[in-house]
Amino acid sequence: MAILETQELTYTYSMGTPFEKTAVDHVSLKIEEGEMVGVMGHTGSGKSTLIQHFNGLLKPTSGKVLLDGKDIWADKNRIRDVRFKVGLVFQYPEYQIFEETVYKDIAFGPKNMGLDEAEIKRRVHETARDIGLSEELLERSPFELSGGQKRRVAIAGVMAMEPRVLILDEPTAGLDPAGRDKILEHIKRYHERTKNTILIVSHSMEDIASFADKILVMSKAKLFCYDETVKVFARAEEISRIGLDVPQITRVFGELKHRGLDFGKEVFTVGYARDLLLRKLGEREGR
Amino acid sequence: MLRDITIGQYFPGNSIIHRLDPRFKIVITILYIVMLFTGSSYICLAVGAVYTFGAILLSRIPLKMFFKSVKPLFIFLMITALINLLFMSRGNVLFHWKFIKITDEGVNTSVFMVIRIVLLIMGSSLLTYTTSPITLTDAIERLLSPLRKIKFPVHELAMMMSIALRFIPTLIEETDKIMSAQKARGAEIDTGSFTTRAKNLISILVPLFISAFRRADELATAMECRCYHGGEGRTRLRQLKSAPRDYIALGITILFLAAVIVLSRLF
Repeated sequence: MAILETQELTYTYSMGTPFEKTAVDHVSLKIEEGEMVGVMGHTGSGKSTLIQHFNGLLKPTSGKVLLDGKDIWADKNRIRDVRFKVGLVFQYPEYQIFEETVYKDIAFGPKNMGLDEAEIKRRVHETARDIGLSEELLERSPFELSGGQKRRVAIAGVMAMEPRVLILDEPTAGLDPAGRDKILEHIKRYHERTKNTILIVSHSMEDIASFADKILVMSKAKLFCYDETVKVFARAEEISRIGLDVPQITRVFGELKHRGLDFGKEVFTVGYARDLLLRKLGEREGR
Repeated sequence: MLRDITIGQYFPGNSIIHRLDPRFKIVITILYIVMLFTGSSYICLAVGAVYTFGAILLSRIPLKMFFKSVKPLFIFLMITALINLLFMSRGNVLFHWKFIKITDEGVNTSVFMVIRIVLLIMGSSLLTYTTSPITLTDAIERLLSPLRKIKFPVHELAMMMSIALRFIPTLIEETDKIMSAQKARGAEIDTGSFTTRAKNLISILVPLFISAFRRADELATAMECRCYHGGEGRTRLRQLKSAPRDYIALGITILFLAAVIVLSRLF
């Protein structure tokens, strides 16, 4: 059974006013347990609105959101439990930091869950390790840290609730390449350790391509496509037509195919491209 | 939802009231307030009401909006009415129970006061509904400019007002975002007991203040970069020009004011 599911999910902002706008239009999809899903779409495509439905921050105008096959809005008073099961990290999450120490800020979520002190301690230390924050940072004020470190503190704050589904909205926005790689690497490691479902929203296909199992593309409030990474990139041309960038390497291989050199496979990481080329060269030499 | 709050409450339009010079509108509003407070009889109030509804009709803004503007002050109105009702000892006693005494004059004053305040709110809402906040601060700056002679920082004051107004929607949006982020971490903000809610308020206020300071800092730098310096020798994009209709509007207002003064002498 799918862990998260939406059925004909529709959300309209400012219903009944001249500013009415449908941000999510009849979206139905299923996300399986343990998957790593990349969510793409450009600004205003409805992806941020969509993910805010997954943990019940927004209530659908029509349609349903199911967690473990149960409608999350069936009992309005239990919506807080949904938020502990589906953790959402917003864009620029470092702006939500408010406690005096890093430890306390990471502990805010678990504390709200009503866990005991020992369990909170275990979780804070474990997620700090996962996200690459050293022990001595925990007692520092989060406001003294660098931008990348602050971002990791904020992400740890949600991870520490040990949600079964972790959603990150552009976790690398505004970071330098080193900070970006570090965060992505730690998220990947967290995924490997916990085997939890993860959704990552990103503008950059390059970021997602290397490790997402599946890719979900939103365009103009509608679900454009949702499929395995390979299959989505096979539609590279359509995707660039709706204004999204496909990875450079995919474009290069698309051009090669166009000119008569077909590798028969979609390529979206440089490492894979190298292997493929080396193999091809080897075949030639062997001949 | 928070983002539905409107402050500044400008209602774009192109009616005669919208097109009046904002400087005149401010002066007229002051005269209007004087008008409401000089008369002490119902006839004077009736004249004020005719003036108010006439202006509202001309502005082509739905009457509903004006009742909406009164709504948040409902409790204040009720308290005013109650105080007048309970503490007015003059007049014939209508009702007496223990220490509570209600007189006909008390009833009279409280009704009078409520009507007066409602008219006051509706009239001044008309000013903010028909004038955009930016033009309003422009007009205030111009009206206060004589004070510059006594070294009063008129331009700086107006600038601060426009910046504050400019950032209200931004801060509302920011609050909305922070609230969602903390809710996602299980903070109880619109549910839960009063004490937990109050405690969770800290998790919103701290980030909000930090971001407000950051924005102020950035804005100051940006202004500095563009060599901004106070009012001296600054020209403006929109020049305020008065037209005959402004003088006519002012004349009508003065006529109404005169009528109220005469009527209050007669009755």
